Amino acid sequence: MVPSLIIYGLINSVALALIALGFSLTYGISRVANFSHGALYVVTGFAAWLLLNRVQLNYYLAVFLAVVLISVIGASIYRLALIRVRGMPLLEIIVTFALGTAALEALRFFGFFGSNYSLPPLFRGGVTLLGVPVDTQRLAVVVIGGTLVFILWLVTHHTRVGLAFRAMAQDEQAAMMLGIDSDLMATWSLALGAALVGLSAIVLLPLSFIATESGANILVSAIAVCILGGLESTAGVIVASLLIGYAQILTVAYLGPHYQMIVALLAILVTLIVKPSGLFGKQKELEERV
Amino acid sequence: MARRLERIDRPIKVLTDDIYALSSIWNMLYVAVPRIFPALLVLLMPLLSPGAYGERVVIITAIYALLALSWDFISLSTGLVSLGQALFFGVGAYIAGLLNLHLGLSPILTLALATVLGASFCTALLAPCLPLRGIYFAMTTLVYPLLIARVIEATAIVGGTDGLVGIDSFPNAWVETYLVLIFLLGCGFGLRRFMTTDLGLVLRSISDNDQAARASGVNVTSHKLIALWIGAALGAFAGAYFTHLYMFVGLSAFSLDLSILPIACAVVGGMGTLAGPVVGAFILVPLAEMLRDLGTLRIVSYSLLLVALVLFKPEGLLSYLKRRYEQVERWVEV
Repeated sequence: MVPSLIIYGLINSVALALIALGFSLTYGISRVANFSHGALYVVTGFAAWLLLNRVQLNYYLAVFLAVVLISVIGASIYRLALIRVRGMPLLEIIVTFALGTAALEALRFFGFFGSNYSLPPLFRGGVTLLGVPVDTQRLAVVVIGGTLVFILWLVTHHTRVGLAFRAMAQDEQAAMMLGIDSDLMATWSLALGAALVGLSAIVLLPLSFIATESGANILVSAIAVCILGGLESTAGVIVASLLIGYAQILTVAYLGPHYQMIVALLAILVTLIVKPSGLFGKQKELEERV
Repeated sequence: MARRLERIDRPIKVLTDDIYALSSIWNMLYVAVPRIFPALLVLLMPLLSPGAYGERVVIITAIYALLALSWDFISLSTGLVSLGQALFFGVGAYIAGLLNLHLGLSPILTLALATVLGASFCTALLAPCLPLRGIYFAMTTLVYPLLIARVIEATAIVGGTDGLVGIDSFPNAWVETYLVLIFLLGCGFGLRRFMTTDLGLVLRSISDNDQAARASGVNVTSHKLIALWIGAALGAFAGAYFTHLYMFVGLSAFSLDLSILPIACAVVGGMGTLAGPVVGAFILVPLAEMLRDLGTLRIVSYSLLLVALVLFKPEGLLSYLKRRYEQVERWVEV
């Protein structure tokens, strides 16, 4: 029991971190809370499915095209819509949320729901760790998740674009004074956030079905992790996904599967009431309370 | 030749603004018509709309109009934006259903009790989040309906996923139709009047700049509680009404649909005008009913409409009409 809880808790935590990274990155750089996050996840899944099964592409090509497509969609959400309501957070939320809902309901209308659609796993077979059977795809989730976090850290700390991102996150006005194009960076942040959630969809979806119903759950999970960790902190994302990931696995094991989302929702509420800036968020500590 | 659009108040607008002893019948009509005509239209609507289905659409429209009014009142008087009108609606709906099923109270009594109890319950839930602002408050309101729906699903209390069935309906069709319409008109005009009272002005100052209001010695949190209670009461009434209308309450009372459509109505009609969201509801909800054959595509259509309006015409229909009614426009050379 205990080894299996530890292993599956870790896998669940990394999955949560993968889902939340894109949301956190976008919010951290451009202050856009992308409420179409869950919809982007589902859209990537169906795009990859269509490319694989209707266009009959090679697996790697299909996956690559799906991720590129979703990042183009992310960038165009900013360029075509968000740019007009920039700086008004509530309108940004309403716009992204409505766009996400529209995409999900459109997919449902065209018959993309239920358990008929799934992506093939990247790796088949399984291994036994500490006496617990684990399939290779779940191990791949952990490895890919860890690699992504590392690459993200490298990019944001050692490239010019990454440094510009962090400058935007710290002080947008000062960054603009130094010649950093705020709109361009925000477009990039939306595109990168979308690409990250697309990648997570490619890695995580083979473990279950592609379902439009999961869009809301993905959004709630991402928000839960980001709120608990602090909205702009990558370290916060990692710690918060470990906390929520293990809490979910424990409640599922001892109370039942219905409680998985309740843990995430409670995490959001309790954090917002007790410490709205989250565990690691420092920058907005004063502004968010009256 | 450079030109610009100049807007000047109409003479009659200026006259009726400042002089309180109105002299001519035209001046009185100028003030009265925009208030009386829509009210009469709302009251006559059940008679004008054909058959039982038409009346049903009018009632549902009024229910959504109440939700939209509640959303607009909360955002106007506290500056908080609620993404979870479904919370008020669902809590009111479930309280009405439970009171009717377990205590056997009559629908009129459950409506009143559900409004008061539901508003108090929602206010108590949201009270710890009141110091939050902007996107943080919006997120808590988004989370509550989801959370309550999951808890009901997981613990199977109050009927679980099956919901509550066998709830009494209204005593007759006249009560069923006119109770909600009269309540809607009363709330609409009452809240507009309320915003001009001392308390209303203090609330508006809080939504404009809460720091300044606090610096002037206003207890921001307790005022927000009052405003939230009033808004929640409207939403809870709408939910309780819906329960008795359909004689059923289920998890759909907490669905996201109920949170998005009121916002869309407010954006169409004009945010911050209180009358605008009601106008928006009377446009959007019948439209959504007509599109019912399209299935989920109607959610797609009004989500996209909402986006388009927010991006390109954020002013809203009512603000536009008000401007045309009160002002003349002309091009002048610069």
